Amino acid sequence: MTPFTLYALTGIGLFVLGLYSLIVQAHLIRKVIALNIMGSGVFLVLVGLGGPTSNTMPDPVPQAMVLTGIVVAIAATALALTLILRIQAETGRTDLAEHSSQH
Amino acid sequence: MSDVDHKALPKPFQYVLLVLMSALASGLGYAVLSLPDQAIELKGLVEANLHASGVRNPVTAVLLNFRAYDTLLEMAVLLLALIGVWSLGATPMRRGADPEPVLSALVHGLAPMMILVAGYLLWAGAHAPGGAFQAGAVLAASGVLLLLTGKRLTTRLMGRPLRIVLLTGLGAFITVGVIVIPAGGMFLQYPSDLAAGLILFIEAAATLSIGAILTALFLGGRVVSGEER
Repeated sequence: MTPFTLYALTGIGLFVLGLYSLIVQAHLIRKVIALNIMGSGVFLVLVGLGGPTSNTMPDPVPQAMVLTGIVVAIAATALALTLILRIQAETGRTDLAEHSSQH
Repeated sequence: MSDVDHKALPKPFQYVLLVLMSALASGLGYAVLSLPDQAIELKGLVEANLHASGVRNPVTAVLLNFRAYDTLLEMAVLLLALIGVWSLGATPMRRGADPEPVLSALVHGLAPMMILVAGYLLWAGAHAPGGAFQAGAVLAASGVLLLLTGKRLTTRLMGRPLRIVLLTGLGAFITVGVIVIPAGGMFLQYPSDLAAGLILFIEAAATLSIGAILTALFLGGRVVSGEER
């Protein structure tokens, strides 16, 4: 097992941790952070699997895709955070719990 | 404190979820470990065609030449996110509280250096790790630092000039993509003897736009002058 397989496995760990938090946490900012951790996990898997072996260079295609992905993730995060600010301004809440609509 | 600790799921469900997640993790881990060799060897294709791409850095070649469509759409996604953020509300254009003198002095020293570093990264992208996105990120970081020290564009620059800068990257990309159609026959298919210059041109425009868009995203809202709100 090369170190790069270890990176890919770490990426899976991050993805699953993020997914767990995304479901368990109610606070919207925590959900956004969880989504970002999931995304980082996916990027780590891609880069890890495209990593160099003993006699080849690293694969540039996954690296370019991850670079694209990072920028899209940043844009989505900024939009999500602005949405949360707006939700908080409108409702005074920072979660989407069902019971909030009953009073 | 109870608000912070609030969870969407009761405790027993969390344990069930934990088990499910462990199963998912082992399944994905097994999938990664048992992956077959790549069916399509893209790496070889990149290496074989690198000489025609106009740059020597394979990652830049993939981003700006072989898969330029991805990068073009990525610029569009950035703009869309900014349009979304702007449509959610306005930020009043006010100066923040007076920044601490240390931060102020630091940023005064750092900002020109960061612009220099962004320029270097842009240039280096042709043959070494670097490129438009790294340069744009550094540019945006300097923009964020300047915002934190209370610097704002003047009202005059906030209007059309800012919007033109925001659109420059996507505009340059599409313009080049269309211009090369007669020469290459396809959208974004650069003639290989002009590729180096065209890529640098697109990257320079993209760097400016990425820096401006990310800084504007940080500001979080369409900037309006005090009265307009």
